Amino acid sequence: MELLGEQTNMKKALVSIAFGLTASLLATGASAQATLNSVKQKGFLTCGSNTGLAGFGLPDAQGNWTGLDVDLCRAIAAAIFDDPSKVRFIPLAAKDRFTALQSGEVDVLSRNSTKTMSRDTQLGLDFPVINYFDGQGFMVRKKLGVSSAKELNGASICTQQGTTTELNLADYFRANNMKYEVVAFATSDETFKAYDSGRCDAFTTDASGLYAERLRASAPDDHIVLPEIISKEPLGPAVRHGDNQWGDIVAWVHNAMLDAEELGVTKANVDQMKNSDNPEIKRLLGTEGKFGEAIGLTNDWAYRVIKHVGNYGESFEKNVGEGSRLKIKRGQNALWTKGGLQYGMPIR
Amino acid sequence: MQTVVSQTSPPKKSFLYDPKVRGIFYQVLLIVVVGYLFYVAATNAVENLQRARIASGFGFLNNTAGFDISQTLIQFSAAGSTYGEAFIVGLLNTLIVSAIGIFFTTILGFIIGIARLSKNWMVAKVAMVYVEVLRNIPLLVQLLFWYIAVLGPLPQPRNSLEMGAGFFLNSRGLFMARPIFAADAWVIPAALLIGLVGTFIYRRWARVRQERTGQQYPVGLVTLGLVLGLPVLTWVVLALVGANPITFEIPKRGTFNLTGGMQILPEFVALLLGLTTYTAAFIAEVVRAGILAVSKGQTEAAGSLGLKPGQILRLVVIPQAMRVIIPPLTSQYLNLTKNSSLAVAIGYPDLVQVFMGTVLNQTGQAIEVVIITMGVYLTISLVTSALMNIYNRRVAIVER
Repeated sequence: MELLGEQTNMKKALVSIAFGLTASLLATGASAQATLNSVKQKGFLTCGSNTGLAGFGLPDAQGNWTGLDVDLCRAIAAAIFDDPSKVRFIPLAAKDRFTALQSGEVDVLSRNSTKTMSRDTQLGLDFPVINYFDGQGFMVRKKLGVSSAKELNGASICTQQGTTTELNLADYFRANNMKYEVVAFATSDETFKAYDSGRCDAFTTDASGLYAERLRASAPDDHIVLPEIISKEPLGPAVRHGDNQWGDIVAWVHNAMLDAEELGVTKANVDQMKNSDNPEIKRLLGTEGKFGEAIGLTNDWAYRVIKHVGNYGESFEKNVGEGSRLKIKRGQNALWTKGGLQYGMPIR
Repeated sequence: MQTVVSQTSPPKKSFLYDPKVRGIFYQVLLIVVVGYLFYVAATNAVENLQRARIASGFGFLNNTAGFDISQTLIQFSAAGSTYGEAFIVGLLNTLIVSAIGIFFTTILGFIIGIARLSKNWMVAKVAMVYVEVLRNIPLLVQLLFWYIAVLGPLPQPRNSLEMGAGFFLNSRGLFMARPIFAADAWVIPAALLIGLVGTFIYRRWARVRQERTGQQYPVGLVTLGLVLGLPVLTWVVLALVGANPITFEIPKRGTFNLTGGMQILPEFVALLLGLTTYTAAFIAEVVRAGILAVSKGQTEAAGSLGLKPGQILRLVVIPQAMRVIIPPLTSQYLNLTKNSSLAVAIGYPDLVQVFMGTVLNQTGQAIEVVIITMGVYLTISLVTSALMNIYNRRVAIVER
């Protein structure tokens, strides 16, 4: 009978495991529907960030995350909690990022990821907005004497695996009938180190990344960025497909930052602007209309974003523009009124 | 009166209390529960994937890959090859580094294991330091050491080290002359084959002869002569008569790097060195344990028969030690194969790097890719185990 008792216990254990497992699997399915609720419940936002890319997502000396992509996550947290520090950043390598988002490990992926059709339609992801328009370029050592990407026939090229960069590279060399040797690494850090140590003749990634990584080279002035831009890289935050409310929040936080820049609302003057008579500013800052409630937030959601993080232009200049070491020009990322592509949708 | 003693059968128990029936019942129940669990998990995953609009199924293996890989043992190009072919490229890269690694680590492990037991104090201590240092540093750290600290500082291609005989060394790897075979080159492998067959016959003859007469023959020298000497001789003769069966394409300086010839990537070398030296430390301990397990009386008895120390080791000690060595040695082979997946840290395109890295990310089909990868490692490990078990059965003690 001793044996029988053991078997019964085992059966009980198995049944409970079965129920537990089933329940947990089902739970994962259900939570995909209401990211906002789960974020509010947790009390913080989990944001998939870069493992370290100056200007876009990088912890500073005190361990605070900074960067353009980081600011977007902080802005979302500010809109929800009125507190930009309620974010947990989870550094993700390029090859792990989409799985982390699909599986629910992060609520939003703000990590200079290119929007492509296959990612949008086959990975179960949505890219609600583009927060940085970029293109892929090459960096080489000056002493190689190369002045164009067309002269890279036979070169070995370091790149990060699991990126559109890896695919564009193959396309470009094929289209120009040139040979190359690819050396692919899992993280941007390993990739750049390999290039810097002389393993490769050229390093390729998005142009913004080239400028950011060059700062980390042992001798930054020994490297030049070649003039060719070989691809379109619209970079933006990604969310899980199917939770439209959450996608709306991410999209409108970015739009509000653009609108604020266009209307001249800044971190410094946002309190004064609350008394403005301009109806567009009134709608933006929530003194008129109930736009915040429509996306499940409070009506002063955009006020909170600008108060804590600032408008898009401020975030850009601070992180990658004139206020930073990168000194990247606004270019395509200027407002549409200044000849760029950044166009804030109207709040009304 | 005669009483009939009835043959009473043991009291009839209820069918329900039959331990055998109960046993079967619970076994079946367990299978049903486990099966149900898998079924629920699978259907649930499929349902969730569909709801999240994540592509599923194995159709992606036929889609064009669109990326390139640095080391490909089969023809592979971004334009013409599929994800399925990328999988095969990764698999072959894993297999080749594992196979070569197992070969060298066995040799190195045996040498160090035997050296640790040497009567020479210096040799024994060097072997001990090797084992203690290598096996107590994480393999990942060692791989990075080989890749960054040892192979990284090699000269740039423009200052390649010329090592003679068509060998060059630089930060892009080891370059060597590529043999180009002419039409009549088949003579050389044919010579090698004749050499191998000849060796086999000679060895059998020598053994039979030795068992009958006690006379010994220089088996090693003859083997070397037949296997290596015969093909080389054939080649030299052919070259002398003017027919040149093999010509060499020597690497030349190109714009960026040496072109032509064959190239061995530094990633491959670093991974091979790391895996070989690390696993050898463990194999050395296995070998030492195996040799110590052979009783001292065996050595003394062999010595009293007049065998030399080398012969004692080769003919008496090692064959008996093998019985102890084989099972743990198998585990070390499996470890080496599985550890090869650390290649991802140094950019060697093994199965994990290519398939679970690039392919998974480009297709987004994590579940399928991970299942395939796990299946592959399981299969490789089981096959290695099976082969070693067959070998183990051959060397195991035969009870008479």
